[in-house]
Amino acid sequence: MSESSSIGIVAPQIAHFTEPLPLKSGEVLPQYDLVYETYGTLNAEKSNAVMICHALSGHHHVAGKYAETDKHAGWWDNLIGPGKPLDTNRFFVIGLNNLGGCHGSTGPSSIHPQTGKPWGSAFPVLTVEDWVTSQARLADYLGIKQLAAIVGGSLGGMQALQWTISYPERVRHALVIAAAPNLTAQNIAFNEVARQAIITDPEFHGGDYYAHQVVPRRGLRIARMLGHITYLSDDAMGAKFGRKLREGEIKYSFDVEFEMESYLRYQGDKFAGEFDANTYLRMTRALDYFDPALPHSGDLSRALAPAQADFLVISFTSDWRFSPARSREIVKALLDNELSVSYAEVTAAHGHDAFLMQDAHYHAILRNYLKKIKLGGPA
Amino acid sequence: MSNTSIKFADAAKSRHDFALIAKWIKPGAKVLDLGCGDGTLLGYLRDTLQVRGYGVEKDDANWLASMSNGVDVIQMDLEAGLSGFEAKSFDVVILSQTLQAVLNTEGIVQEMLRVGHEAIVTFPNFGYWRHRFQLIAGQMPVSKNLPYQWYDTPNVHLCTIKDFDEFCINHHIEVMERLVLTEQEPIHMMPNLRGSLAMYHLKPAE
Repeated sequence: MSESSSIGIVAPQIAHFTEPLPLKSGEVLPQYDLVYETYGTLNAEKSNAVMICHALSGHHHVAGKYAETDKHAGWWDNLIGPGKPLDTNRFFVIGLNNLGGCHGSTGPSSIHPQTGKPWGSAFPVLTVEDWVTSQARLADYLGIKQLAAIVGGSLGGMQALQWTISYPERVRHALVIAAAPNLTAQNIAFNEVARQAIITDPEFHGGDYYAHQVVPRRGLRIARMLGHITYLSDDAMGAKFGRKLREGEIKYSFDVEFEMESYLRYQGDKFAGEFDANTYLRMTRALDYFDPALPHSGDLSRALAPAQADFLVISFTSDWRFSPARSREIVKALLDNELSVSYAEVTAAHGHDAFLMQDAHYHAILRNYLKKIKLGGPA
Repeated sequence: MSNTSIKFADAAKSRHDFALIAKWIKPGAKVLDLGCGDGTLLGYLRDTLQVRGYGVEKDDANWLASMSNGVDVIQMDLEAGLSGFEAKSFDVVILSQTLQAVLNTEGIVQEMLRVGHEAIVTFPNFGYWRHRFQLIAGQMPVSKNLPYQWYDTPNVHLCTIKDFDEFCINHHIEVMERLVLTEQEPIHMMPNLRGSLAMYHLKPAE
């Protein structure tokens, strides 16, 4: 068995699309850029492409580093690289930043071609379906007719699922991880609190804060703090922070006293300094709206009737935001359609964030599943 | 024949009951194997009868082995029932040497016959004479089919062939076929005394 190592130094690329993109909302995006990265080599048959769909705050920088001195590698570097579970010696891996994002693809902070100013509030609300359409165009652009696999966790898992409905003949395997067939009322409620925090920040300016040269930091910070709580489990938080005090004693103040508070504030500040509030609003809305069963009277089995892919569905026991029960709904719909599906319920303490962690059993599942994927041509 | 086919054929050689289970399944049937272990039975049925199917397995290591062996496998606890499966969505539902370790025995057999048109259940016969002798000698039976000590056994619902026959009558289950084996040989005379492994082919009574 070969040693696993990092993919090394990577660089983003930009694909420019001039064909207008009709959106589910009825609006049309006249032209747009998608920023993406690729790892590994596309084979002659173009049969080894794997696309990674990102979650709420993700982007195209999935693996590797931009420079040796980078403190952090891409967000799913533990999964992707030579000899890693998603082995770049075998697969050609594509990561992209979704439309509406704030990491280089066209989004609310991009310059509107007509006005010469940032889109801001005028940037349309996008859906998972719209993203998948744009991702398929990126595959076209790269000359790829069919993906060996589409992979995503959380909101990314929803995109992977949508791929199998929108483009059944273009995806051979779908890895749907820590996902759900739609959001529960409780999940929509969390998203709404996050959005309210942003929208009611005095520096939001109806979404056109760029013109005022401010950002709704406070709102974004609170939104992230709330989100972060829900991505972790009570047990994981208890194990990591418990009731630990930063300075060992209670001070009868509202400053940071508990370690938990310190961590949340750090996460909130960090996020508010690098993420765009308008993007956050749109990402959470895409989550809220995703519901492939809706046009089929709530029947997910009928929604997945077009799907042809083989599926791997994974959930995590402590994930209360996208609970195992929600993944089992997806599995049932796939079983109803007699599709090839394996489903694993991974015992994990980390809550929703477990899908990003390097757990031995979880990674063995991904490694062994991906190993089984036949790439065609001379074996 | 692919490498995995050879592997399943080899593995199945040590499980004579697999070939007998296969005789009760039509080629191309849709099969659900409850407690599928490492997927050997389903792999064998797929390679010999071209069955389509899924395994159900709770244990992480077994689940991983099944999936890695090319068997579609759903990780879940049988005790929770089969609510993720539609009624009559399988031709055959198999429970191979697992019945005795199930807590909700009545529930799982009823679920098998809800989800499948037919069911195949195999279990070690507690009425086997060697077991009876060990009890008369004053100790809990330990044998090839019951390899556990009383304190570490997963088996909580051991039964005899006579018990299971009665269970089927009381639960309106029709025994389509029954096979009793000892050391891989069929036992026809006094099966409840002389047989160590019982195999039942079931369907709901009309």
